[in-house]
Amino acid sequence: MEQTVEYAHASGALSGIWLLVAIPLASAAILLLLGKRADKWGHWLGVLAVAASFVLGLVFFFSLRGLEDGARSAQQSLFDFIAVGGLHVDFGLLFDPLSGVFVLLITGVGSLIHLYAVGYMEHDEGRRKFFGYFNLFVAAMLLLVLGNNYVMLYFGWEGVGLASYLLISFWYTRPSAATAGKKAFLMNRVGDAGLAIGIFLMFATLGSTNYDEVFNGVGTLSAGTVLIMGILLLLGAAGKSGQFPLQAWLPDAMEGPTPVSALIHAATMVTAGVYLIARSNPIFSANATLQTIVVSVGAITLLIGCVIGAAKDDIKRVLAWSTVSQIGYMFLGVGLGGGAYALAIIHLLAHGFFKANMFLGAGSVMHGMHDQVDIRRFGALRKFMPYTWITFMMGWLAIIGIPPLSGYFSKEPIIAAAFERGDWTSWLYGGAALVGAGLTAFYMTRLFVLTFHGPKRWTEDIHEPHESPFIMTVPLMLLALGSIGAGWLLSTSVPDWLEPVIVGEATEHEPVIAHWLISVLGLVFTVIGAGVAFMLFRRGTAHQEQPAGVLVTAARRNLYTDAFNEAVFEKPGIYLTRALVYLDSKGIDGAVNGIAASVGGSSGRLRRLQTGFVRSYALSMLTGAVVVVGAFLAIQLGWLA
Amino acid sequence: MENLKLPGIDYAALSPMLILFGVACVGVLLEAVMPRRLRHPVQLTLALLATVGALIAVIVGHDKRIVTIGGAIAVDGPTLFLQGAILVLGLVSLLLIGERSVERGGAFVSQAALTVGSQKDLRQAEGQPGSTEVYPLTVFALGGMLVFVAANDLLTMFVALEVFSLPLYLLCALARRRRLLSQEAAVKYFLLGSYASAFFLFGIALIYGYAGGVQLGQVHDAVTSPQRSQVLLFGGLALVAMGLLFKAALAPFHVWTPDVYQGAPTPVTALMAACTKVAAFGALLRVLYVAFDGVRWDFQPVLGTIAVLTMLVGAVLAVTQTDMKRLLAYSSIANAGYLLVGVLALNKSGLSSTMFYLVAYGFSVLAAFGIVTLVRDADGEATHLSRWAGLGRRSPLFAGVFTFILLAFAGIPLTSGFTSKFAVFGAAVEGSQTWLVIFGVITSMLIAFPYLRVVVMMWLSEPGETTPTVSVPGVMTSAALAIGVLATLALGVVPGPLLTLTTDAAQFVR
Repeated sequence: MEQTVEYAHASGALSGIWLLVAIPLASAAILLLLGKRADKWGHWLGVLAVAASFVLGLVFFFSLRGLEDGARSAQQSLFDFIAVGGLHVDFGLLFDPLSGVFVLLITGVGSLIHLYAVGYMEHDEGRRKFFGYFNLFVAAMLLLVLGNNYVMLYFGWEGVGLASYLLISFWYTRPSAATAGKKAFLMNRVGDAGLAIGIFLMFATLGSTNYDEVFNGVGTLSAGTVLIMGILLLLGAAGKSGQFPLQAWLPDAMEGPTPVSALIHAATMVTAGVYLIARSNPIFSANATLQTIVVSVGAITLLIGCVIGAAKDDIKRVLAWSTVSQIGYMFLGVGLGGGAYALAIIHLLAHGFFKANMFLGAGSVMHGMHDQVDIRRFGALRKFMPYTWITFMMGWLAIIGIPPLSGYFSKEPIIAAAFERGDWTSWLYGGAALVGAGLTAFYMTRLFVLTFHGPKRWTEDIHEPHESPFIMTVPLMLLALGSIGAGWLLSTSVPDWLEPVIVGEATEHEPVIAHWLISVLGLVFTVIGAGVAFMLFRRGTAHQEQPAGVLVTAARRNLYTDAFNEAVFEKPGIYLTRALVYLDSKGIDGAVNGIAASVGGSSGRLRRLQTGFVRSYALSMLTGAVVVVGAFLAIQLGWLA
Repeated sequence: MENLKLPGIDYAALSPMLILFGVACVGVLLEAVMPRRLRHPVQLTLALLATVGALIAVIVGHDKRIVTIGGAIAVDGPTLFLQGAILVLGLVSLLLIGERSVERGGAFVSQAALTVGSQKDLRQAEGQPGSTEVYPLTVFALGGMLVFVAANDLLTMFVALEVFSLPLYLLCALARRRRLLSQEAAVKYFLLGSYASAFFLFGIALIYGYAGGVQLGQVHDAVTSPQRSQVLLFGGLALVAMGLLFKAALAPFHVWTPDVYQGAPTPVTALMAACTKVAAFGALLRVLYVAFDGVRWDFQPVLGTIAVLTMLVGAVLAVTQTDMKRLLAYSSIANAGYLLVGVLALNKSGLSSTMFYLVAYGFSVLAAFGIVTLVRDADGEATHLSRWAGLGRRSPLFAGVFTFILLAFAGIPLTSGFTSKFAVFGAAVEGSQTWLVIFGVITSMLIAFPYLRVVVMMWLSEPGETTPTVSVPGVMTSAALAIGVLATLALGVVPGPLLTLTTDAAQFVR
């Protein structure tokens, strides 16, 4: 940890980076404050704001590229945010290679999804409000990646949490949506509390929350402190990114409108955890145990996601579990450390394209199928929705990792890196990643085949599904192009680009098996998985749930993780609450009421002394006088004291 | 035979007292010669002018530090501050006393000698103009208080005590309604007051026997270099203190307070709660700080016990009161306990914080009794607590003002009640009397209950059929209320200027 982190001050074009956040924020404020007056044009303002941020992001990105190597960063302090005692936090922004790529992802994919949502939400009365929340999300997400200290990150972190909550429960009159919003909110609290305590710990041990000061100070901390700090940050990351053990909220979050699922719960917000760990790489690289924990979380999550995803029948939930699983790959990557940080970021960006692509495709299918989400009631949609079909196919091929589509370039290196840990754990993590690749191919192929091929299994009310309008299919096509080309482009440019952000050298080990063999194995697993799924489902499937074996039943029930949460956290929590209420009403209230009653009682008794007779008053005064005189004399003569 | 030498007299230093006494005498004469219909406006104007004049005289002489008339009167920082406080609070009380639009003819009986219940009495109750002797009486009382806080020897103090007590006894008997209660209160106050005066006088005799003089400076010298029996000293101190504790309404010498506060006409109750408190504590401060400073370790525990007892009695008994005026009486007893905590700090900040407390409490209590005069039905003031239920719905403005005053009594921040309690408790901690502060905080919590109960009743209960209306106050009552409330707010938000003033004034001359 000899390298020191230094950020240059923002100058020239880069001094305007605050506009990135300010524009969508202002738009959100306008949309939400103007109310119905903005109904007619509000959605276009929303699209325009994000597009403007995207254009600005491109300008800043290329300005940053124009800077010399080693000086590619721009930091800007807008005002004193918090100044209390020793705690001093600036409202500071940082635009560096890492935040740069995130800005482009958020605003780029964000613009396309905003455009798509204009069509998707056309018949919804709350479209203006939807765009208000959507812009609020973009502003908060940009703040999250642009902050130059952990408090700003936390600010954005909570902002995206709020937007996510509002948008999951956007159709709040549906009980399931309201519950899903609440679930997401509560589970995120667990993670957020961890992140907050981690930030407190930074301030307590290092006296600052600025990235540069924290990273330069990590070397002075004891290994235990770094471990605890890292675990707390990881808890925050796991909460926001739907990683084990806080993954349960993400699939339920699909109750929100589909563009929300695409933007927030697939492409951007849920990757905030990966961003947090990548940003904090000096902390995570400083402790090998910590890295092992991150890798384990990633490996466990990617398997859980694949297994459950293979058993689900709701098109959006399959995609959601797929997201959980793919972010598991990213965690695996950031946990491996060194060069794998860049691989995780590449997978994150590529995933942003192909997952957004498939979510919007799913939305397009639902749009034409009366909001049906059950893949058992689709089939044969290829002919009716050609654009959706072809673009979805690109996403499908990308995610399962067929070369030369983007997933191959982003996922295969992570699998290879997992085999490079140099000891027996290589087999463990590498094996998990390989099996995950096979399972991914299985469930994504199942999804694709059941939706677009095979016989019609539609519900009776559907006669001729229609293709979505161009405003929806054009973003699909653009995202499909991303699904095709992004992987190769990114994998050739990003590692060098991110090099200044990643501190510390990776300890290189020889892979336990040859690299070419890993590639071949990956492809073999993928082909087997896809082939099995194709054989099983090309003739369609039953309309209703069929009895199944132990594993499938478990997977259908989310591997009993919800039951586990209920038994281990919810029930004891309820009982604890009841016990506390009992203690409060009987013990504390009892004591308080008892004191009150005794005061009232003594008051009532004392009151009787106030008889109204002047003679008794005089007597009490006389007694008082005697006692006072007596007390004085007693003290003087030494009777007391 | 020796030549009688006249002592030097600084008339300028005495001018506030002389103005009041002079005007009071003129007022008595005018009462004899003035046509009846002119008396009210003329007497009221005269009384107000006298008070303002005396206040101006105090302000003009604000930097005097002198002992005059052969050591009988000491004009120093505390004297001037307390005289100013008495005059300002007295001025506001006079506004309440002079109000005649809330009740026809004012709050006072037209002829005190009428038999209660007779035909003439019933007729006067209908609205014959109230007696105007109240104005000279009030001015006499205020003059006596000014002397009381300035008295530098115990005999002058006794005379002043009588000078301001006798008019108050009379004033207590002059209520227009519920005259028997009023007269009973006056008689009780008179009997018990005389009784306490006797103790006070006896105490002076013992002190004279001990110190060979009654001037506070002489007593101080005798205490620091004792030559006679300490029994004389402590017996005398105990009895003198008792006389003052009686006026200040400290337990167990508080017994008169609820009955008298309830029976007296409400404006007079306000005068007693605000000005008498200032005078009594002013004298107590002077006696303890100037004369008996040398034996502070001996009287601190005894008076500390009295302070604790007072706070407890005031707070606990307030809980079960059902009459608003009695509730406020017990509140005033509890506040006397807090004031004694400040006194017992026995340091400079104890002196200054007690003076601050006296002013802050005076304004709040004047506003509280001012509201009490307004909540009425056909039979006069409706003082039973149950009648105040739902007042917040009927008259949100006055219920709001009263709520604010109650919150001030409870010591909620942003009111003077908080800053003044904070000041006296802080002084007591500084003076190593933390145990008193602990009791102070505990009793503050206890007494918050009756205050908040009234608040809850006013705002959260439905108004009943018997809920009285709030009369529209006349100009003078409005002014009194406004002054009281604004002072309570101002001293809570920006207590700095007054605190500086009390700190600058906190130095006795001996």
